[in-house]
Formats: sequence, structure tokens, C-alpha cells
Amino acid sequence: MISFTLNGALTSLDLPDDVPLLAALRGAAGLSGPRLGCAAEGCGACMVLLDGKPVMSCTLALGAAVGREVTSVEGLGDFEAPHPLQIAFLKEQAGQCGYCLSGILVSAAALLAADPDPDDAAIRRALDPHLCRCGSHNRILRAVRRAAAVMRSDVVEAA
Amino acid sequence: MSDVVETPKLPNSLRDNPRLSRWLGFGEGGQVIISPGKVELGQGILTALSQIAADELDVALPRILVRTVATPNSPDEGVTSGSLSVQNSGAALRHVCAEARMIFLQVASQASGVAIEALRVEDGIFHGPNGPVGSYWTLAERGLLECDATPGRRAKPPAARRLVSISTARTDLPDKVFGRPRFVHDMRPDGLLHARVVRPPSRGAQLLELPEGELPGGARILRDGDFLAVLAEVEHDAQLAAEWLAMRTTWAERDTLPDENALAEWLRAAPHQETAVVERGDPGEALSVRCLRASFFRPPVAHASIGTSCALARWDGGVVEVWSHTQGPYNLRKDMALTLGIPEEAVVIRHVEGAGCYGHNGADDVALDAALAARAAPGRPVRMLWGRADELGWSPFSSAMLVDVQAGLDEAGCLASFRLDVTSNGHSSRPGRGKLPTLLAASHLAEPFAVPPAINLPAERGGGAQRNAVPGYRVPALRVGMRTVTEMPLRVSAMRGLGAPVNVWAIESVMDELAVMAGADPLDFRLRHLEDQRAAAVLRKAAEMAGWARRQRRDGFGLGMGVARYKNLGGWCAVFAEIEAEEVVRARRLWVAADLGEVVNPDGAANQLEGGAIHAASQALKEAVRFDRRRVTSDSWENYPILRFSEVPEVEVQFINRPEEPPLGAGEPSFGPTVAAIANAIHDALGIRPRTMPFTPENLAAAMETA
Repeated sequence: MISFTLNGALTSLDLPDDVPLLAALRGAAGLSGPRLGCAAEGCGACMVLLDGKPVMSCTLALGAAVGREVTSVEGLGDFEAPHPLQIAFLKEQAGQCGYCLSGILVSAAALLAADPDPDDAAIRRALDPHLCRCGSHNRILRAVRRAAAVMRSDVVEAA
Repeated sequence: MSDVVETPKLPNSLRDNPRLSRWLGFGEGGQVIISPGKVELGQGILTALSQIAADELDVALPRILVRTVATPNSPDEGVTSGSLSVQNSGAALRHVCAEARMIFLQVASQASGVAIEALRVEDGIFHGPNGPVGSYWTLAERGLLECDATPGRRAKPPAARRLVSISTARTDLPDKVFGRPRFVHDMRPDGLLHARVVRPPSRGAQLLELPEGELPGGARILRDGDFLAVLAEVEHDAQLAAEWLAMRTTWAERDTLPDENALAEWLRAAPHQETAVVERGDPGEALSVRCLRASFFRPPVAHASIGTSCALARWDGGVVEVWSHTQGPYNLRKDMALTLGIPEEAVVIRHVEGAGCYGHNGADDVALDAALAARAAPGRPVRMLWGRADELGWSPFSSAMLVDVQAGLDEAGCLASFRLDVTSNGHSSRPGRGKLPTLLAASHLAEPFAVPPAINLPAERGGGAQRNAVPGYRVPALRVGMRTVTEMPLRVSAMRGLGAPVNVWAIESVMDELAVMAGADPLDFRLRHLEDQRAAAVLRKAAEMAGWARRQRRDGFGLGMGVARYKNLGGWCAVFAEIEAEEVVRARRLWVAADLGEVVNPDGAANQLEGGAIHAASQALKEAVRFDRRRVTSDSWENYPILRFSEVPEVEVQFINRPEEPPLGAGEPSFGPTVAAIANAIHDALGIRPRTMPFTPENLAAAMETA
């Protein structure tokens, strides 16, 4: 039994510890947010946070999560209580097909947690592991800047 | 002309599917249900169609529910492609909703005794002078939509529209930012089994021997000729089993592919059919005092979707139900039936979203793979998921292309002659259009189907390789020819723009060179030869956005332009590109001006144009399908790199909005002009004319040597 905290809740999965974390999250844990893109750390679609740090869950063994905190896009917020980044992505219409967004959102959340006022180069660097084929990059960059500004102020944007 | 009375016609999609109830219904909970025949590919089409329907019916936008396409009840609108969805489906829905509104108001008028002119519709409720007299929903049971659409213009005049030409938030995006199940990959019906396909190690390989021994996780092997797949209860076991099997299966391999380093020569020598696209005057005879010849080559390129292709299938008796991110549910149904040897009625295709496809990727192929796998487990839903190597190695590509141009100026420095010859495979292997199925596994079965070579649609339907091969400039002597290569060593099909990106790049590069020969500014030179005022208008606008007139030379930077009317039938788009040439060329800024007629959802259309421009920059600077004599070797992101966040240019988009003109699609018009603008900017910075895509240091160095 592998036990860890998933999106704030203690979770135990009856799986071998060498199963990729992504397979466990999409399989036994029933999540949809972390996505399979390449299974080779090449695109970032599977990105989740492990103790707050972005990791590619496609190659990481489930065993590496034991006793630690895993956060996926579902853990950032939901429709009722969205994360400022999720609001900003909707405000900026930052996406087309949306397949890459789950991973990008968690990387952006980690960035803003570490650096509340990142410059353009820092945002691009943080998102560089992520591929977006639809070409929504500029909207995504704007959305991250928007969320950063909101999080630095006391203003709360309505979804 | 004015004395000819035009017979009003139904929009094409409606002519093919005239029954109103096929498009529109009213739900018990106060919803308006629309059923377009076009599908969501991440382009936001369902939002734009909802705006059009809500506007014509006078209901609030949130009332609109879109029923996604499913055979056999949805309208058959063919394939969602070619930047035609707003144009075709939008026109049909606008007509249906306007006619439905009229029918309902007539009935409400008769029942209430209030004259129809005195009725107004507010959020679906019919108000007379003394209050409400009914609504769409009070009359929903009457079967009023069980009739065929009739020709005639009833839709609101542009000035009366309230919900279109307004930027509207995409209805599909919230699910995507909250990670909710939305894609076919996320479906988890009860009893789900998981499948993986094990493709041959190379093109044309034949399966000799399967390994002995137990598969991991008790997975089962399915084999039909050279089609090999595994089926397991747990997804990860299916993955392990596929890897286990791929390592231990014996295949006979052989060389089937041309030399990738001599692909242009291969294209010239390959068997082909010749078609004259346009002949006007004689470019050979025309008096050109100064002439130039140039050849442009692009290797095959991949769709490279971020999500891998996926489908679910379930057999129940003789019927197979398939959940697919296909662009053409009815087309897929036809080829599935052909391949499986069952009637079309025994195949049900339900559209579910996938990752963006940008054309004919593996979406249809994986649906057949799923159906073949599911046949071994009757009654149980099976999810087939491709891996990255399947996606980049086996999806159809966009064909390699070669464009030869010969053009000349007269004594006054005006374009006198233009000859363009495009050599390419066809640009469509879409299913459902021929006697043979075009689905990948159909040629791998024990009783295989031959692989038909890709085709080019005729120019009036937008063409394929010849798309945008006819320059939009005034020229007395013009000849455009197409050589459709009939041998297809790499399976190719439709991708964003089809032949347009390479043709526009070739034409716009030559225009820049001719301007230099004429001693003219490239902007002025183009404007002097543009008779199409809408093309001239977008070019002027983009020039203004980019500050062309007051540009200043900066070392290592270049500015270039490209303009085209997409397909010579669709939207007008001009792009200016600023590049920086260091060790590699980077696109830094793109300015895009477009005229798409009526723009239904301006922010949605801008998003599409931006996306097309960035996709084009990625293709122009980085992309090439690589292969040896047997296999595609660019089957990972490492070997098929695309533009990353650190490399993407800033993009500014502006429209020339023409609400009185028909709406035109936004997904493709910026592609060709962006490639051209980047190429011309490279010349501006480095003095090199790029002749081979992608514009990598190696290809630019080669261009410098041959210059």
C-alpha cells in the first residue's frame, strides 16, 4: 500500500511502487487533470507538484510519493473555489484545445509561490518544459502575469 | 446582371440536411439544443455557433446546449476542416434558427390573436402588447420543427445582431482549467478494458513470429495479419504488455523509403499526374527583361498533437459503437464499415474532444485500432491509446513539397510573367472519400486493403497541393501547374493550410526578390500589383502595426512581410515578422492583420490567428519529419522539436471587421503569410534567401553556398 497526500487528502493506493505516478493518478486515483503526452518527460502534460515542486509524473515511480504531498490541477482549485491562476486563464482565454493546461497551471502555481513577481524571462523559463501546440503561449504568459498581480494585491477576481 | 432574379438557395449544409429538427430543439428545462455537424477541435467553434443561434432566436447565450456530433442523427457536415465551420455550419444554423423563430411566432400569433408584427421575443418568451403569449418551450411539443428548411432570407440584418461580433468566453475552457474529464482519454465507463497497439518496427514490415510466454498482468494478444495489439484490465498492464511484446516479436523488414537527403530529387523523378491549374498568356513568350528562377522545398512535417490519439469502442452484437476525436464522424463511419465488412448502420460514431489536431492526424486510425481490439471482448468498452512514437511516427504527415518559380519584370519594373509548378503528394487521405479505406490498420490486416495515394481536391473546393499556388497579384502571363506524385512512401494527408504554406512562402519570397530587382520597396511593389482591395487593406494595416515605414536597421534583426487570401477564396491575412539571427534564427514579433468578413467571436478568431502564426513559426524554424530507408526516426519530442515558451514570438492581431460580409474561418489564413514573412525577414537580416524549410543554421548555410 502506497500512502501519500493527494490534493490535501490522505490517499492509499494498492499498487506496486514502480508504477509511474501518472498511471496511478489517472488510474486508481481517478484524476483527469494530469495528462499523458509522451511518457518521456518531453512535454509537461503530466506535470504535478511534489511537495510544491513541479515533477513530471509520467516517469516518476509512485514509490517516490510515499509520505509526501502531491498536487495536481484539481488541487489548485475548483469551480467553486478557483485558484487565481485558473481565474486568470479564463479571463485571458488562455488556451485552445486545453490538453497542456493542467501541467502548465501547476508549474505556474509553483513559480508564483516561489516568486510573486516574476519577469517575462522567469515565466518563460518556468514554462519551458511545457509544450503547447495550439500556440496559446502569449495568452498563457499574460494570464500568469495577471494572476501574479492579483495575488500580490488584496483584490480577488471573480471567476 | 441586375435583371436576373437570383433564386434564393439554402446554405450547402442545410441543403444536404434540410430537416429543421435535425439542427434545433427546445429542452424541457428551458434549454435550446443545437446540433451542428461540425466538431470542437479546440478551436472554439461550438461557442461561435452558440452565439449565432442565440442571436437569431433571441435567447440568452447560457440557454444554448450543444449536442456533439453522433451518427446517425446529427447533420452530416462532412469534415471539420479548411476554416469552413463558421462559414458553413454557421450559415446553416443562422438560417434554421431564423426560420424556426418565424414559424414559432406565426403559431403564437394565430393562437393569441396578436399580430405577428406586434410580437417580440425576449429570452425565448413571446411578448404581445398585453404581456407574454407563449414561448419556444410552450410550443415545443407541437412538432413545429418537423419540416424542411425553405430558401429565403429571414435572418436578422447585421445591424440587428446583438450577440455576435462580441468577444465571448469559450464554453469548453472551464473544464480544461479545472482538470475535469473532457477528453476521450478521460472516459471511464464501467467494465473498461485498456488496449495498446504494437506497430511494426518499420514501414512495410511483416510479422514473422510472436514470442512464447505470459504477458505482464495477464494481458491478451490480438493479432490480425500484421496488426498487433494487447488488451488488459489495468491500463498500466496494457502498457507493459505492449512494451514486452514489441521487444520480442520477430518481423521481416525491408527498405521502402527514399533517401531523406535527396527527397527533392526523389519528388522530381517520382511518377506523377500533371494538372494545369491556371494558364493565361504565355509566360515563356512574355517579354520579361529581367527574370528570376527559384525553387523552394519543404520536407514532410507532422501534426504533432500534444495528446496522443485515443478512442473507445464497444461491440454489441453486430454493432460497434465508437467514441472518437475524429474531424469527420460520417467519413470515419464509412471507412470503418468498409474495413470491418459491416454495413454503415452497424457503426455508430460519437464525437468526444481530443487534443488539437490541426488536420488529419491519428484520430481516425486509432478508432479502427480500438474497434479491432474491442471485437475480441464483446460487450465491453475498450480504450485504445497511442503512444508518442505512434503519434509522431505513424500519423499521416503533410507531404514534402517542391515549388519551382520563374518570374519576370517588364521594362517599367512591373510583373510581366509568373510561372509556378508545385510538386507534391496529394494533401488528403481523409477517410470516407474513396472505394478503399484510408485507415492505417486497414493495410496491416490479414486480408489487407491497398493504401490509396493521397488526393488533391479541385481548386474550386480549395485545392490541395495547389492551394494558394495562384498568386493574388496582377500579371499578364501566368501559368500554374501541379504535379501530383502518385507514389506515397510515407502516408500523407491534410494538415493546416494543405499546400498553402509552401506556395505562399514561394510566391511572397519571389515578390520580395522582384521588388529588389525593380528597385522598389517590397510593400509598394506588392500594393502596385494588388487588385484585390481587401488584400491591400490588410497589408497596409499590418505594415502600420509593424511600423514598416519608419523601421530602422538593427544589427542581427530583420523585418519581412507576407500576404495572401487563404485558398484565394477565404480570409485575407497579412503578417509582418521581426526575427533575430544569432546562432539560430528566432522569431521575435509577429504582426497579423486579417479580414475575415463578419467576425462572430473576435477573441476566439484572434486566438486562432495567433495559434496559426505560432504554429507556422514553429514549422518554419524547426520542423522536419526524419527517416531512414525503413522507419521514421523523428518519433519523439527530442527528434521532432517544436517551438517552446522561450522561443515563441509575441503576436499582435488586428481585424478589419466587415459585419455585412459573410464570416470566413480563422484557423489557417495566418499560416502561409507567417512562413513567408519569417523567410523575408531572414533575408533582411542576413542577405540569404531561404530555399529549404525549416530555416535552421544548416539549411541557411547551404542556401548561402548555393547563392
